[in-house]
This record gives sequence, C-alpha cells and structure tokens, in this order.
Amino acid sequence: MYTRIILTLALAIPCLGFASDDKSADEIAKYREMVSDGNPAELDEMRGEELWKTAAGTKNASLEKCDLGKGAGMVKGAYAELPRYFADTKRVQDLESRLLTCMTTLQGIPEADITRKPFSTTSEKSNIEGLVAYVVGQSKGMKMAVALKHPKEKAAYEIGKRIFFYRAGPYDFSCATCHSENGRRIRLQDLPNLTTNIGAQRAYTTWPAYRVSQGLFRSFQWRINDCFRQQRFPEPVFGSELTVALTMFLAANANDAVYDGPAIKR
Amino acid sequence: MGSPMKIRAAVKDGITEVKVLMGHAMETGLRKDADGALVPAWFITEVLAKHQDKVVLDAQFGTAVSKDPYLAFRFKGGVKGEKVSVTWLDNKGDTRSDEVEITEKV
Repeated sequence: MYTRIILTLALAIPCLGFASDDKSADEIAKYREMVSDGNPAELDEMRGEELWKTAAGTKNASLEKCDLGKGAGMVKGAYAELPRYFADTKRVQDLESRLLTCMTTLQGIPEADITRKPFSTTSEKSNIEGLVAYVVGQSKGMKMAVALKHPKEKAAYEIGKRIFFYRAGPYDFSCATCHSENGRRIRLQDLPNLTTNIGAQRAYTTWPAYRVSQGLFRSFQWRINDCFRQQRFPEPVFGSELTVALTMFLAANANDAVYDGPAIKR
Repeated sequence: MGSPMKIRAAVKDGITEVKVLMGHAMETGLRKDADGALVPAWFITEVLAKHQDKVVLDAQFGTAVSKDPYLAFRFKGGVKGEKVSVTWLDNKGDTRSDEVEITEKV
C-alpha cells in the first residue's frame, strides 16, 4: 500500500513540473498568435516602402536602383539570401550595411548622418529601421537560402562562429552561454539554441520584429547589439564586419527555413 | 495629417470583416519622458468607419487604447470592389482618412 502511494507520488511530481512548463509555453504561443494579427510592424513596412521610393540626399535619388544582391531594384526575396558577398564593395554585407552603401552612393547621404541614430526611439523613428521593415517584409514566405560559396562568405561564417563562442567582458559571457543548450530560458522567454538548425531557424526567421514592450519595430542589428549589451560588451559600430559575420553565422544556420518576418515579440 | 492606416476588408458569405491598423502615439498624458516632464496627452478620440456612404461603425476612443491601435470588426453586406473607409480624429484636432476596396475572402 505504502509503496504504491510513494510510487504514485514519485511519478506525479516530475509530471507536474513538466506540465506547468508546457502550459506557460502554450500560453505564450497563444498570446503570440493573438497579437500577430494586426502587427504594427506593417506600419513600418508602409513607412519603409515610402522611404524606398522617395528621392532624398544630395543626389536627390530614391533607392529604387539599390542592388540588394538580386539585381538593381530587386527587393522581392532579397533578404532570404542575405548576407552575401558584393563585388562592388568587395565585402560581405548584411541588409543594414548594404542599405548604408546604397544610401551613401546612390543618394549621397553622408554615412555619419545615417549611423548617428540608426535605431528608433519613442520620439523619433529611424529611417533605416523603416527600410529594413519594408525589405524583410518582401521576403515573407520565402525559403532562407544564404550561399556559402564565395571564400569571403565562408570566412565571414567562420568569424561569426568564433564570435558566437567568444567569451569576454566582466561576466565572461559569450553568445553561446545563453544560446547553446536546449530548453533554457530567461524568466518566461525560451532561449533558442542557435547552434542547432531548428533553433537558429526559429529565431532568425522571426527577426526583425515589432517589440510590444518597447512599442517599436527593431532591426536585426539592434537585436545583436542588445545581446552584446547584455554581455556587457561595447556597442558595435553600425554595419561593422563583426555584426555582419555574426549575422552570417546565424542566417546560414537558418537555411532552408521559411522566412516569417517581420514578426511580433513580447 | 497623421500616418497612413493599414486597412484590410474581405467579404465571405455576405459578411465583411474589416481589420484596421492605425499608426498613432496614443499618449495618455500621464507618462513622463527621460527628463521627468509629462508627455502631453495625444490620443484618438473618434473612429468612424463607412461602407460606401453608410456608417457601419462609430466609436469613441480614449487613453485606455494602446499605441498603434488595431481594430477588427464585421458588418453585414459588402460586395467585392465596394469601398470601406476609416477616419479617425484625435484630441489635437488631427484627422486621417484611408480607404480600401473590399476583396473576396478565400
């Protein structure tokens, strides 16, 4: 009799713990589904499209001739293949650094003017984040296909991988500290294991995103900066080789997944 | 003038579902900025939706409505190609109107 009770208890306890974890994850999934209809990122997409088509800068040109890798002015599906090697700049570029190139060369806007405030605040929205929203929205539903063909693309991937595992700062943190194990979380947020395909795919295909808690649309560069901030690293230079390499590592790990951004997050 | 709205209107079995996303700060007037000064109230007070010329929704909004409000509603009637328009008015007297054509829901 006693043994049976003990046995039942022993079985019940781990199950209970498991069930509550599952339940909170389910509730979060339900919440995400509810808010995904009417994602305010769509407003940023509209704003970005307008910016893309409006002439600006000293050269009074729009970005409609900007080459994001699929030919001049080709926006559809471009984000699913970024970062990539660009022959004109002779380096690997992600979306943000490529937009920077287009804005400086085509429109004649000084780089310093763009990178001074690359991220939106409640009082002032950033143009580059609007453009990001528009461009990534044009890859929704497409398969991630980042090529690792060019030697510089391969090199960027390897550098990105090293950065991902590089421990430094006062807390001796690396990206891998939080993102290389399954089933980890911070408070209620599940932490994706970015070293696995499924983890990287789930994370990468849902960024950039609208952050409900901040009431703002956030670009991928912002997301990476925020990880560095939490690692107590210095803020990276906008469009730097470091962030491009890290983006390359994550994007290539997410290959073959269907891109689903801009998403909406807590 | 306000920023453009995103409106979708789709009809199925004689019922049109309208989804509106409005870009608005919706400041309550109770929030403080980084310097500790009150951010003045700035929010939508009225929303009016029309199907062709007929009013199908007339709503009063207040500070309890979130930033970038999302509104979804249904009305009887509506044919593909007909127009649905939405207008909002805020407490500063600013107003914005946008219009879409009704599509067929698949």
